[in-house]
Amino acid sequence: MTSLADNKLPQGARIAAPSALSRLMVNREWLGFWFMLPAAAILTLLLVYPLGLGIWLSFTDATIGSVGKFVGLDNYSWILGDDSFINATVFTIMYTLVASTIKFAVGLYLALLLNKRLPLKALLRSIVLIPFVVPTVLSAMAFWWIFDAQFSIISWSLTKMGLINHNIDFLGDPTLARICVIFANIWRGVPFVAITLLAGLQTVSPSLYEAATIDGATPWQNFRFITYPLLTPIIAVVMTFSVLFTFTDFQLIWVMTRGGPINSTHLMATLSYQRAIIGGSLGEGAAISTAMVPFLLAAIMFSWFGLQKRKWQQGSDA
Amino acid sequence: MTVDTAIKGDTNEGMSYLDTLPRRAVTVFLPLAIIMVVLLFPFYWMVLTAIKPDNQLLDMNTYNPFFVFGPTMAHINQLLFHSMYPQWLWNTFYVAFAATTLSMIASIFAAYAIVRLRFRGANWVGGAIFLAYLVPPSILFIPLASIVVRFGLFNSPLALILTYPTFLIPFSTWLLMGYFKTIPFELEECALMDGASRWQILTRVILPLAVPGLISAGIFSFTLCWNEFIYALTFISSESRKTAPVALVNAFVDGDVYHWGTLMAGALCGSLPLVVLYSFFVEYYVSAMTGAVKE
Repeated sequence: MTSLADNKLPQGARIAAPSALSRLMVNREWLGFWFMLPAAAILTLLLVYPLGLGIWLSFTDATIGSVGKFVGLDNYSWILGDDSFINATVFTIMYTLVASTIKFAVGLYLALLLNKRLPLKALLRSIVLIPFVVPTVLSAMAFWWIFDAQFSIISWSLTKMGLINHNIDFLGDPTLARICVIFANIWRGVPFVAITLLAGLQTVSPSLYEAATIDGATPWQNFRFITYPLLTPIIAVVMTFSVLFTFTDFQLIWVMTRGGPINSTHLMATLSYQRAIIGGSLGEGAAISTAMVPFLLAAIMFSWFGLQKRKWQQGSDA
Repeated sequence: MTVDTAIKGDTNEGMSYLDTLPRRAVTVFLPLAIIMVVLLFPFYWMVLTAIKPDNQLLDMNTYNPFFVFGPTMAHINQLLFHSMYPQWLWNTFYVAFAATTLSMIASIFAAYAIVRLRFRGANWVGGAIFLAYLVPPSILFIPLASIVVRFGLFNSPLALILTYPTFLIPFSTWLLMGYFKTIPFELEECALMDGASRWQILTRVILPLAVPGLISAGIFSFTLCWNEFIYALTFISSESRKTAPVALVNAFVDGDVYHWGTLMAGALCGSLPLVVLYSFFVEYYVSAMTGAVKE
């Protein structure tokens, strides 16, 4: 915006010196400050401060009723010697890796399918998003019921097909329970990945594919050398979000298994809830959730470099 | 912007006319159908269970469980008239509405300031807002719980109304920043020349032009509130103040007996408002989702 102040005023014109109040109302820096105030106040008080407080709590023996006193690294040395914490960390990493990989593969495949010429395309696209729209807790309850020990529809179908002769206790067996929660997470995450990648695919010009095909490219080469490179930036962002939210997942596990059987499906988030809120030892819970931070930072760095690459590819000077 | 490209993309058939029908049936329709069935089955099962009489739910040998014979409204009736469910739904709505309103107001000001006032450090603040969006509730709920207790807000809807904006404001600010950027500077300059104040520019010029962006941000925020679980689970203890998702998880269980019909009716009624809202505004919703990622 060109500055109006640079223009010469006609001779004889007088401008009243701005009062302190009007300066506060008009000056750009002050206006910016006033406009930012509500958001900044809420975020500082309820996001930045708790973030710091959480790290502080992890060094104290605070409980729900008391402030607690500084105990140094006691909480950390305690959780590191705790098998259930180690198990939860390993399972959290496994959960994130397996679920994110499959979400990406299925999501990309679904996006490619939806990008083809289809009847009722808009309707299909809306339907795909429904698992994303419905509250996670409520769809997790549906899975809880589908995986019920006695009345599972899957057990029933397999029995009728003659494949098994007794009901499977899906959420009662550690390995099966892990597979079930990972499946539910994938089910819930695929629509987000698919629809976002589809939006990216739709910006790829069809003439690129036409040109490549005339030059003799196979469908695989079309994908590998046109689709994939053009999608890389958006894939980086989507997968960062996906990894971030899978890693910090809480609802699905809490509804379907509450971390059981025998702690086999505890994620770091559910374990910290159990220790801090149910067990009452805020310090220990805070230590567990603080232990998630390095992983999250790694994911955010990944996102940062993904975004950088995108700007470079677009030729933006920002 | 995203909506435009999405619509254009739909009419663009590219080279797909080269594929023959049998080939398309195997490579496109079949896998698509399988994925759709898997994605939709839990909802089919939810609806079916909600209207299935109890004897059919428990006896899977006499009745084929994939269908319902003589649907019943008993579960839904039980849910709506003989439980606290309407109260829970109201709590959810009330909290979601208040938190969305609060964060929309804060976000509109913040986004306008960052994009248009260009005060010193605006870029830096924009980056910080994006980072704030990446802070997940599952690492904030423990310290927030201690703050909520200290302020005497424990077990009060106000605790949720004040904490939900921590994830709503970063998201909607980010989304609105993208939207405000698409409004031409010249309009603002004209208004400035005509003597409008910043406040008038915002309310008379920018906001009317940004209505689609406001709708996207509003709907998305509302959905996020309705979905929220961990804060509502941690900060609210009395049954009558719980939100629907939290209350349902522990409801309709007598000892070892789960009333699956009522539970699924509850899950269904809790999902319907969002699905209806979503079906009316699907394009805004998709643009909000993809736009936020692409910005």
